[in-house]
Amino acid sequence: MSCCGSSPGYDDLNEVSRLVSARLAAFLRTLRDAGFRVGLAEGQDAAALMAGGYAARPSLLRAAFKHLFSARKSDWDKFDGLFDAFWMGKRVRSRSRTIGSSSNANSPSLKGMQEVRAEQGGAQSATDQVPTSDDAPEGHGGEGRMEGASRAENLAEVDFRKLADPDQVAQAHEAAAHLARIMRTRLTRRDLARRRGYRLDLRRTIHRNISHGGVPIRLVKRQRKEKPLRLIVLLDASGSMSLYTSVFLRFIHGVLDEFHEAEAFLFHTRLAYVSDALKEKDAGRALDRLSIMAQGAGGGTKIGESLQSFNRWHAARVIHSRSCVMIVSDGYETGDAELLGREMAALHRRCRRIVWLNPMMAWDGYAPEAKGIKAALPHVDLYAPANTLNSLRALEPYLAKL
Amino acid sequence: MKGRDEIAKALAASGYIADADLATAISLMQLLRRPLLLEGEAGVGKTEVAKALSKVHATELIRLQCYEGLDQSSALYEWNYQRQLLAIQAHRGVDSIEDQIFSEKYLLERPLLAAIRRAQAPVLLIDEIDRADDEFEAFLLELLSDFQVSIPELGTIPAISIPHVVLTSNGTRELSDALRRRCLYHYVDYPDVDREARIILARIAGASPSLSLQIARMVEGVRKEELRKVPGVAETLDWAAALVGLDISNLQDAPETVHETLICLLKTHEDRARVTPEVTQRLLGRVA
Repeated sequence: MSCCGSSPGYDDLNEVSRLVSARLAAFLRTLRDAGFRVGLAEGQDAAALMAGGYAARPSLLRAAFKHLFSARKSDWDKFDGLFDAFWMGKRVRSRSRTIGSSSNANSPSLKGMQEVRAEQGGAQSATDQVPTSDDAPEGHGGEGRMEGASRAENLAEVDFRKLADPDQVAQAHEAAAHLARIMRTRLTRRDLARRRGYRLDLRRTIHRNISHGGVPIRLVKRQRKEKPLRLIVLLDASGSMSLYTSVFLRFIHGVLDEFHEAEAFLFHTRLAYVSDALKEKDAGRALDRLSIMAQGAGGGTKIGESLQSFNRWHAARVIHSRSCVMIVSDGYETGDAELLGREMAALHRRCRRIVWLNPMMAWDGYAPEAKGIKAALPHVDLYAPANTLNSLRALEPYLAKL
Repeated sequence: MKGRDEIAKALAASGYIADADLATAISLMQLLRRPLLLEGEAGVGKTEVAKALSKVHATELIRLQCYEGLDQSSALYEWNYQRQLLAIQAHRGVDSIEDQIFSEKYLLERPLLAAIRRAQAPVLLIDEIDRADDEFEAFLLELLSDFQVSIPELGTIPAISIPHVVLTSNGTRELSDALRRRCLYHYVDYPDVDREARIILARIAGASPSLSLQIARMVEGVRKEELRKVPGVAETLDWAAALVGLDISNLQDAPETVHETLICLLKTHEDRARVTPEVTQRLLGRVA
């Protein structure tokens, strides 16, 4: 992608505006690094706005840029912080993709976990804090800092790529792709004109028969159009699941790649929306991006709380009537089991099917005795083991007839 | 072209109490000629923005309500088959009949076509775009960038005026990045107490300033409870109208009536059960 969105009449600009547009280009880069989808047209419009008097007051410029560059609620919420950090040099918290209750970020359990991890991983900082722009190195052309990518390398212990065996990866991809092909289409209420439908389409029949002077000789009928099933995967990335997480992440990546409509979430002590990261075509890079989000992997599991934030913040958007929610977890709830039961009930009211995959289920002598899984099971439509690729494949027929 | 402050004034005059950011968004709409995408919870007044905008510009509001399965023939144009047939029957044997029946006389304008063929630029409200299919979204994107319509039998129809386009979305489906990038974005949030009180005052005849403030505070308290369906501004106005209709001038004088009329705000069984008379009492305690 071309790096700047400077205005077309670049050569006519005097030295001052040259500086301004360089700074603007750097700001656009910062925004892109923060996940904003900013194109050339937006850059040009931004330059026009700055030339058009909007740069007179910072608050005015911020409001204008906010409308121009934001494209969704998450952009909208983090824009002010980015703007202030870049143009005013204020302290700002970085964009951790964790969604849900922000108070969770300060919860004692999480802090404790981060300390533990910091001890394990050496001296690197494990918090989300981006340094103030005061201590940013000079001579950087005013460019914003890219914290996310560099931090990924520090998190050696959550590097999923190294955990995955290449053969299994290939097979998981294949299984996912096959699964996707089977499940791609679902019935919908929408009618489409068809020759062999179940209902007569009067308007189209008349239209089609104008050449016969309006005598209905050739009939047009309507039939349902098939529409894809939507799959929502909630993956447990806690410590007790660590042996399986890597394989499932690869599987989910395959699903998101192949499915027209699929969303993925990761949870441990909190919930993270990871679809965007997983939609990266290159599996290795997608998993790299993911390891940033999987901060806290290795701690406890708060399934109930994670489901609560899912129900509250995401469910309305990602779930519709043809949705299947797939939860991959061992059900070892360290939080409130009652809350889990309540949230499962709420979730069950929304979606068509809940599939709970439990890798431990295939273990000898395993029984669903953990409080969490006991509370959740009444609301689950299918409870199945998923410790091998074969057991994943065994799901196909069930999911295909949803 | 109107400035930002003038727009804020004009919005207020039209009865829409906007936050400061929205006036900026609307002035940018004109300056950059981009559509405005409004997102927010149900009932926060997204549609009202478009209505207010049409009043500000003193122009017509053309509304396209989206739904699953919305297609070109109900959004853009359709031929008037009945009239075409009649014309064919009436002019049997006339050679030029084919040219005649594919003329504008036999064309039915749907909202999108109507919006680009007005002498004065109207406000085009594309409501709940997230309910339409992906295919329709792609089609819309093309129309919003070119502002011209191709009709195979008739040729290309260019825009006479470029409408002010407002799109709203409730977030039931993720919109495409292309559409989002094309639009200016504004997130409509629940109003703060002060603004909500002014909205009540402006909309409900007979509501006194003190009652409006009480209602706004009460609603703010209700929103902070853990509810499944958080009441929007529309519900607040319903409730305010109900209270005014019941001749209540001070909420604390009539706690029972307040509790009973909360059905205007609480729309699910669970929420209703959660807000017990004790909760109402507690919320009322903070209203004064």
